[in-house]
Amino acid sequence: MLRNISRQTLLKNAGTIALLSFLAASAVIPLLWMLFTSFKPLQEIENGALLPKSWHPENYSAVFRQVPFARYCMNSVFVAAWVTFLSCFTSAMGAYAFARLDWKGRDSVFKLYLGTLMVPGVVTMIPNYTLMVQFHLMDSFTGLIIPSAFGAFGTFLLRQYMLGIPRALDEAAEMDGASHWSIFLDVVLPLSKPGLMALAILTFLGSYGSFYWPLILIKSESLRTLPVGMMVFDSIYGRETNLLMAASLMSLVPPILLFLFGQKHLIRGIILGSVKG
Amino acid sequence: MKRQRRNFRTALLFLGPSLFGFLLFTAGPLLFSLGASFTNWNLQRTIPMRFVGTANFTSLLADRRFWLFLGNTLYLMLGMPFAIFGSLWLAILLKRKIRGIGVFRSLLYIPSFASGVAILILWKTLYNPDFGPVNDGLRHLFSALHVHWDAPQWLQSTRNLAALEPEKTSINRSQFGIGARDAINFMGVWTAIGGNNMLLYLAALTNVPEELIEAAQLDGASSTRCFTSITWPHLAPTTFFILVMSIIGGLQGGFEQAKIMTSGGPAGTTTTLAYFIYSLAFEQYRIGYASAVAWVLFGFVLIATLANWRFGNRAAEYI
Repeated sequence: MLRNISRQTLLKNAGTIALLSFLAASAVIPLLWMLFTSFKPLQEIENGALLPKSWHPENYSAVFRQVPFARYCMNSVFVAAWVTFLSCFTSAMGAYAFARLDWKGRDSVFKLYLGTLMVPGVVTMIPNYTLMVQFHLMDSFTGLIIPSAFGAFGTFLLRQYMLGIPRALDEAAEMDGASHWSIFLDVVLPLSKPGLMALAILTFLGSYGSFYWPLILIKSESLRTLPVGMMVFDSIYGRETNLLMAASLMSLVPPILLFLFGQKHLIRGIILGSVKG
Repeated sequence: MKRQRRNFRTALLFLGPSLFGFLLFTAGPLLFSLGASFTNWNLQRTIPMRFVGTANFTSLLADRRFWLFLGNTLYLMLGMPFAIFGSLWLAILLKRKIRGIGVFRSLLYIPSFASGVAILILWKTLYNPDFGPVNDGLRHLFSALHVHWDAPQWLQSTRNLAALEPEKTSINRSQFGIGARDAINFMGVWTAIGGNNMLLYLAALTNVPEELIEAAQLDGASSTRCFTSITWPHLAPTTFFILVMSIIGGLQGGFEQAKIMTSGGPAGTTTTLAYFIYSLAFEQYRIGYASAVAWVLFGFVLIATLANWRFGNRAAEYI
C-alpha cells in the first residue's frame, strides 16, 4: 500500500518535471536563439540551424563600432541610478508621513495617492511634455530624471512595509527625546531596508527599461538611453540580425544581474506592491 | 490640539518632496490635460489656441479610427485570460514539493523581467515570415505531417482569429487566420505567463490551508472539487487584483509593440489607443485632440476598475 502511494507520487512528480521542463524550454529557447544568432556570421542566419557553424565573437565589437552603444548603456545606468536614488528617498519620507504620523487628512491624501496609480501614463505624459518645454528641460538628463523621481507607487509600497515595523520602537525613541527626523533616519529607515531594496530593484528595472518618455524627450544622440538607442539601431541596421541580437543580449545583462542577485528582494517587492492597505 | 498641529507640520515636512512631485507631475498634469481636451491646442499651428467646448469629444465619437483602434486595443487584451490562468496553472505545478523545482521558477520568470525593447526586437525577428525561426519550424512541422498549409505571415498580415476586416467594422471570412494582432497576443502570453502574476499566485497558494484540503480528500473529494471549492475561493483576492491590474495595463497597452514591431500596421490593425494618442500628440502635435482621446481612455480604465470593484467585493463575500 505504502509503496503504491510512493510510486504514484513518483510518477506524478516525474510528470510534473517533464511538463515543467517543456514549459521552461519554451520560455528560454527564444533567448537561446538570440544568444546563438549573435555569434553567427550574417550568411548563416537564414540556414535554420540553432547553433552557429563558425563562432564570431567579433559581432559584439562591431556593435560598439556602428553605434555609440557604450554611451547608451552608461546613459541608461546613470539615469536609472538617479531615478532609483531620488524616488527611494522621496518615497521613504512620504511613507513615513503616512505610516508613522497621525495628522488630519492623512487618509484622504493617501487615497488620492492610491487613486492616481490607475491613471494611464499617456494622460499625464502630454502635459509633462509641455511642462518640460516650459522649463527648458527638453533633451536633457534632468528632464528624464526629475518627473520619475516621485513615485506614488513607491510611497505606497514603503508605507505597506513600514506599517509592519512595531511602533513601540519609535515610541521608545520619542520618549528618549529623539526628533522625528532622527527616528526616521536611525530607527525606521534601517528597519525598512528590505522594503527599500525591493523598491530600489523595481524602480531601477522600470527606469532602465523605460521607453516612451526618453523617446519623446531626447533628441541628441549623445543623450539617448538604451531602449531608444536599440530602436534606432534596429531601424538602421535591422538587416544585420546577428549584430541586432548581440546588442539586444548585451542590453539584457544589467537586468539579468539584478535578477540573479536580487531575486529575493524583487519577489518581496512584487508581493508587497499587491497588498492593498 | 497643539500636538496635532505640530504633527501636521512634521507630516508636511516629510511628505513635502513626494507631494511636490505628486502635484507637479501627476495631479496637476491630470487636470491640465482635462482642460486641454476642451481646446484646439496644436503645437504647430499658428492660429491661436481657443476653447472649443466638447468639439474634440464629438468629433472623436464620429472618428472611425477611434473605434477601430479601440477594437484593436480590446483584441490585444484577448491573451490576458490565457496568461492569467496559465500563471495560476504554473504556480500550482511549481507548488509541488520536488527537489530543485525552484530552478524552473527562475527559468519561467526570465521572459517577463527581460521584457522591453530588446525582447520586442527579438520577436520581430522570430516572426519574420520568410526566414524567421518560427515559420522555419512550422514549415518543417507541416512537411513532416504531410499537410499543405501556408505558414502565417505574422506581423505582416491583417488576418485575425475573429475574421475582422481591416479598416472596417465588419467581419469577412477571408480575413480569418493568424496575423499581426495574434502574433502580439502570443508574444504577450509568452512574456507574462511566468512573470509577476505567477509569483503572486505562488505566494497566495501558501495561504490556502492545507489541512482543509487534506480533510476534504479524506472525505473523498476529487482534486477538481478541492480546487473549485477550496483553492479557487481562497485565491479570489489575488485573482481580483491581477485582473484589475491587467485590465488597467491592457487598456493603455500596445504602444511599445506598435512602435518597435509594426508602426501600428498593417492597415492600422495593431494601432491601439495608446499608440493613437502618441501619434496624435507627438507626430501631429494635436495636443487638444490627443488629450481628449487620453481622457476617454482614462474613462474606460475608471469604469473597468469600478465595475471590478463591485463585482470583486461581491465575489469576496463568498469566502
